[in-house]
Amino acid sequence: MTQPLLKLEGLKKHFPTSTGGVFSKVKGTVKAVDGIDLEINAGQTIGLVGESGCGKTTAGRTILKLYEPTEGKIIFEGEDLAPLSAKKMKPYRSQMQMIFQDPFASLNPRHTVGSLIAAPFQIQGITPEGGIVEEVQRLMKRVGLNPEHINRYPHEFSGGQRQRIGVARAIALKPKLIVADEPVSALDVSIQAQVVNLLEDLQDEFNMAYIFVAHDLSVVQHISDRVIVMYLGKVMEEADKVDLFSHPRHPYTKALLSAVPVPDPKIGRTRERIILKGDLPSPVNPPSGCVFNTRCWKAQDRCRTEVPQLMQIGTNHRIACHFPED
Amino acid sequence: MTTYKPFLEVKNLNVAFPTEDGLVKASSDISFTVARGETLAVVGESGSGKSVTSLAVMGLHNRKSAQISGQAFLNLDSGPVDVISADEEIVRKLRGKAMSMIFQDPMSALHPYYSIGNQLIEAWELYNEGSKEDGKKRAIEMLDLVGIPAASKRVDEYPHQFSGGMRQRVMIAMALINNPSLLIADEPTTALDVTVQSQILQLIRDMQKEFNMALILITHDLGVVAEVADRVNVMYAGKIVESGSADDIYYRPDHPYAIGLLNSIPRVDKLESQRLVAIPGQPPSLIHLPQGCSFRARCEFADRVPGNLCATTTPTLDQKGDGHFSRCHLPESELVKARVEIGGRK
Ligand SMILES: Nc1ncnc2c1ncn2[C@@H]1O[C@H](COP(=O)(O)OP(=O)(O)O)[C@@H](O)[C@H]1O
Ligand SMILES: Nc1ncnc2c1ncn2[C@@H]1O[C@H](COP(=O)(O)OP(=O)(O)O)[C@@H](O)[C@H]1O
Ligand code: SF4
Ligand code: SF4
Ligand SMILES: [Mg+2]
Ligand SMILES: [Mg+2]
Repeated sequence: MTQPLLKLEGLKKHFPTSTGGVFSKVKGTVKAVDGIDLEINAGQTIGLVGESGCGKTTAGRTILKLYEPTEGKIIFEGEDLAPLSAKKMKPYRSQMQMIFQDPFASLNPRHTVGSLIAAPFQIQGITPEGGIVEEVQRLMKRVGLNPEHINRYPHEFSGGQRQRIGVARAIALKPKLIVADEPVSALDVSIQAQVVNLLEDLQDEFNMAYIFVAHDLSVVQHISDRVIVMYLGKVMEEADKVDLFSHPRHPYTKALLSAVPVPDPKIGRTRERIILKGDLPSPVNPPSGCVFNTRCWKAQDRCRTEVPQLMQIGTNHRIACHFPED
Repeated sequence: MTTYKPFLEVKNLNVAFPTEDGLVKASSDISFTVARGETLAVVGESGSGKSVTSLAVMGLHNRKSAQISGQAFLNLDSGPVDVISADEEIVRKLRGKAMSMIFQDPMSALHPYYSIGNQLIEAWELYNEGSKEDGKKRAIEMLDLVGIPAASKRVDEYPHQFSGGMRQRVMIAMALINNPSLLIADEPTTALDVTVQSQILQLIRDMQKEFNMALILITHDLGVVAEVADRVNVMYAGKIVESGSADDIYYRPDHPYAIGLLNSIPRVDKLESQRLVAIPGQPPSLIHLPQGCSFRARCEFADRVPGNLCATTTPTLDQKGDGHFSRCHLPESELVKARVEIGGRK
């Protein structure tokens, strides 16, 4: 077997916090990401889903070493990036890029689209064949922007177009891996489809791997080959897309899927729904044992004391639960 | 069969805002009805005029800066009142009692520095005689009803002590404390995770039954609409472009925009990953609306309408079936073909 493009082993990112009142010196930690393993190959898309606050963004940023990992390995083409200094990371930067949810917030409003898309070349000190301007215009055209608008500013573009600017910038250096953090969540549905199609076309063309972070399970279902379900920083279930969506084995995944509204009145009104009680517990003080036990309808004593380990349950299918669904 | 008796009747409502750049025609030619016990969903992309229309019904636009015409009748027991032309003082007294509204962001309705209890009591006192104790009793009752655990204790807490989903519940309790006949819910679950969304949607439906309310649910989520709506208004660029029963809209859509919208969404229950059918382009500016049909620049069927009508003449909202209306020039024969083509490409 050939080595995967990227392999994560026990990746963790903990943030220090101060808990308690103003005068409290007690420090705690938010275990935002608390042990992720995954493998991703060229041309593959892995979806990362879970409720807000479960650690998706932190995972994405830690994978790209925008955050220093607390623990674990980030093995990119055989080399562990986790211990590398910023300087040693530089050659890898061009191969791993990020697309953000809010294209407006991630684009400097005082820069023209041309200079925004050209930035990756300048940072890496690369001059593309034919020159930067020509290359930027080619990229603009490729992502569906009018190359004549090269001197316009981000605010002159609609939300969907700004996301295209973000995409153009991310693909400028022909990266092998893109982490897309909620790239279509802020867009209207008709525009969402345009951007999803664009991402799929670019993947076909350049054989890039995507880690697609989103809370919208319908979009993740559509775009992913494999899916990882997170809850309070931990992986609950990981499986090939079809397995996960047609036969979820973890109670949390099952509840999450059943809560997604289906745009079909006959199905939508009759579908069985698992309504979870309450909200996500605080990640500063997560429940003992299985982190999901406070909302799980199957929880038993063992769930409150013993942490379930991620275990193989079928071909390429892993879950962390003492009492899996059939 | 009982006859359909709408509680709210909106007729030819227009709302426009004069701005430095020109007149923003936010809602144009809006007519619809909703009866007690009925759920009307309003869908459309952001900026299509969903909120502006509801705020007009609630009498919440500044009458000096917004240009409003048309009518919005509330059929009260004492007789109909037109919210648009009635005295502002009269409309103010209808808010919270005859009609109430909840929003995406609960903090827009809750004051951060007052306890939940005090805010609920204040809302109750607007329409009820009684002591603070009576008000507090009612507040606790409402919090209990909307599913706040330990309501008699939490009533004294402040908004920041509640999670997002719980705050949404508190806002619902406040909106319903005076038993309104009409509830407008403007994207009440958009900011919530799906698991909390389904809790809140369930709560809104339970409350609708409990109080026999007319419910207008505004959302851009076609999944949510399918699950809760009796009838649906699809809005585009400030106008209703299609209106009908939920089954009409999902199984027999008539307007190219509605057809396109339904085809552009991935479905969690459909595992074959065909390419999504995107609607090209983006909505027009509400200041410079094109002549003719507002959807024309994005519509692939415009050239099938004879006589270049789409470019010259604004289509009217015409009846297509029993209670089913669409704003499009496309002849029926072409429409049948269009549905098949768009559907088949999926
Ligand atoms: N820079 C940070 N410092 C401290 N805590 C953080 C930081 N970033 C995220 N967190 C916390 O980590 C948890 C996971 O957050 P995030 O990764 O943003 O989740 P998601 O993207 O799934 O919504 C949250 O509890 C969040 O408050
Ligand atoms: N007070 C106002 N002044 C000027 N324009 C406004 C005002 N309120 C809303 N608009 C504009 O009216 C249009 C419709 O807005 P809205 O009803 O909020 O859309 P949505 O369908 O997303 O709820 C938007 O273009 C918005 O910018
Ligand atoms: S381990 Fe227990 S609490 Fe956790 S998901 Fe499984 S059954 Fe539920
Ligand atoms: S009126 Fe013409 S442009 Fe408008 S939706 Fe119908 S066919 Fe398309
Ligand atoms: Mg995030
Ligand atoms: Mg709105």
